[in-house]
Amino acid sequence: MKVTLQNLTKVFPARGKKQQKDVIAVNDFTFEIADGTLIGLLGPSGCGKSTTLHLLSGLQKPTSGKIFFGEDDVTDLPAENRGVGLVFQNYALYPHLTVKQNITFPLENRKGKDKLTKEQMSEMANEVARLVQIDGLLDRKPAELSGGQQQRVAIARALVKQPRILLLDEPLSNLDARLRLQTREEIRRIQRSTGVTTIFVTHDQEEAMSISDLIVVMKDGVVQQIGAPQEVYDDPTNLFVATFLGTPPINVFDGYVQQGKLYIGTEAVLETAGVPDGEVTAAIRPEGFVPCAEGRLTCRLERVEVMGRDISVVSAHDSAKAVSIRSIVGAEHLSAVSGAQVRFDLKPNKVHLFDKQTGARIRF
Amino acid sequence: MKKNNAKAWLYLLPAILFLGAFMVYPLIDVLIYSFEEGFNFASQSFVGVGTDNYSYVLQDPYFLQALKNTFILVIITVPLSTGLSLLISAGLASIRKLRELFQTVYFLPYVTNTLAVGLVFMILFKQTPYSDGLANLVLGVFGIEPVDFIGGPYWAKMLVMCIYTVWVVMPFKILILTGALASVDRSYYQAAQVDGTPKWRVFTKITLPMISPTVFYLIITGFIGAFKAYSDAVALFGTDLNAAGMNTIVGYIYDMLYGNAGGYPSYASAAAIILFAIVLTITCINLLVSKKHVHY
Repeated sequence: MKVTLQNLTKVFPARGKKQQKDVIAVNDFTFEIADGTLIGLLGPSGCGKSTTLHLLSGLQKPTSGKIFFGEDDVTDLPAENRGVGLVFQNYALYPHLTVKQNITFPLENRKGKDKLTKEQMSEMANEVARLVQIDGLLDRKPAELSGGQQQRVAIARALVKQPRILLLDEPLSNLDARLRLQTREEIRRIQRSTGVTTIFVTHDQEEAMSISDLIVVMKDGVVQQIGAPQEVYDDPTNLFVATFLGTPPINVFDGYVQQGKLYIGTEAVLETAGVPDGEVTAAIRPEGFVPCAEGRLTCRLERVEVMGRDISVVSAHDSAKAVSIRSIVGAEHLSAVSGAQVRFDLKPNKVHLFDKQTGARIRF
Repeated sequence: MKKNNAKAWLYLLPAILFLGAFMVYPLIDVLIYSFEEGFNFASQSFVGVGTDNYSYVLQDPYFLQALKNTFILVIITVPLSTGLSLLISAGLASIRKLRELFQTVYFLPYVTNTLAVGLVFMILFKQTPYSDGLANLVLGVFGIEPVDFIGGPYWAKMLVMCIYTVWVVMPFKILILTGALASVDRSYYQAAQVDGTPKWRVFTKITLPMISPTVFYLIITGFIGAFKAYSDAVALFGTDLNAAGMNTIVGYIYDMLYGNAGGYPSYASAAAIILFAIVLTITCINLLVSKKHVHY
């Protein structure tokens, strides 16, 4: 099912005695989600991603703008008639019902000609349970399941009614690191095999990048960038997107451009033809550093962390915004990095320049 | 380990002392009295040991009347008050405007003195040479003959007694249930809403099971409280409850100890033990039934 958001806006009016300002949770969001894709809504807390999800589910009404499922305008359709499957952050499994009763719960709500027999419901529940691989747990209560299993039950409950779209609210945040890795692959597999258009919300960029077809980066209710994960990573539109994506995070420097050269501190570190002279913010991905005896950027070496395949060089520079600069370089450079200083050459495609005031990207 | 034990007992000592002196000892004492025939407080003597006290009490028409009154009261008021409280607190949970006002109004009877409330009921229901009471006034609008609710037929007195009891016990139940309803995670309701669950089904399949431990607690304490009814009857019908035919088991026990017919501690003890047995049985039945319907 194709999903279209048209100038979607949600304003929460000011509340309380103190005159606070209205909160614009989602601001003029326009986007078309192709059928069968997996979309990750990504951003820091309070950026409006969960509100967007709630608007899609119908639990909240937009202040203005429209939502279409396929060609249907569902903007004014209440949640119960939208046919969405929603997986809650805390799963919201009914604790007094067994796994099977939880899964058949949405089916039992059907009325009239859609009413199903017990056998039909049981069969549908078994089928979806097999899909998410919980068919051995159907008689248990949610409290007797692990976090990952509960997550699957919640997905099964959302999928059993064959929703037009599937929405997941922070699906992995309640799982430990190992389960998280496993479950995100599982979500990808389930989404692939059902082909249901899926939108999930996360604040974890790694999670979003690893499984999404497209990611939507949001900040303060405003969409910053939409694109394939690698594309957004390689070509951020502004400083926020650049700093939000990537682990270890991108290294940000104060710099300036003079006569087609980028200066950090007093050193000219990179040719930047076509960039007008003036102060800029330079951001360099950790993998953009190449240690080199005659390197153009000189940093104070603090320590080297060996990780096997790669080494992580931690250094410092007076123009850097953070206390330390973290760069990831191949292990073959280990011998080149020693002493009080380390010198780097920079890979041009890993260096992004931004306007010092607005944070907008300056391309070169 | 041993030292720890001594310490633990030391901490428990105050509670054990008080509970022992004021709960356990009297309980055992009452049990003993109930088998001692013709016990006399003044001389601390008795004429024999046996079950005569029980057979006397069980054949006493006043006791049987009290037993009947209490059972009617329990059977009518406990389900009625619990059900009404559920409806009201569910209603309170679903409104926004004036919720605090209604909560206060519903809680008022709880902080009002029983006898003061009784007075209000007198004004509502009592017939005097000057007025038929407010209730009769309202009934008169529908063309119904005035009924003497306080001094009249048995059913009328019982009706007033039940209305009074329900009204008095509801505030506490509403308070507890409102708390229980507020503690149910909202995401359950949102999940149900997204799945298109009808309101009634949400209430019976989600809300009720979620608050079932609280409801069960209210039913158990409701039963026990209703079996111990006494002051309510006094507030409405005065102290001579036997004459009014509105005595309760606790009222009977009190009368046997201090009332006009007073001075029969053995009979009072036997009646108390019978009441204890009844409450114990009902509570056990409740516990058995609850195993299936209460989800912790």
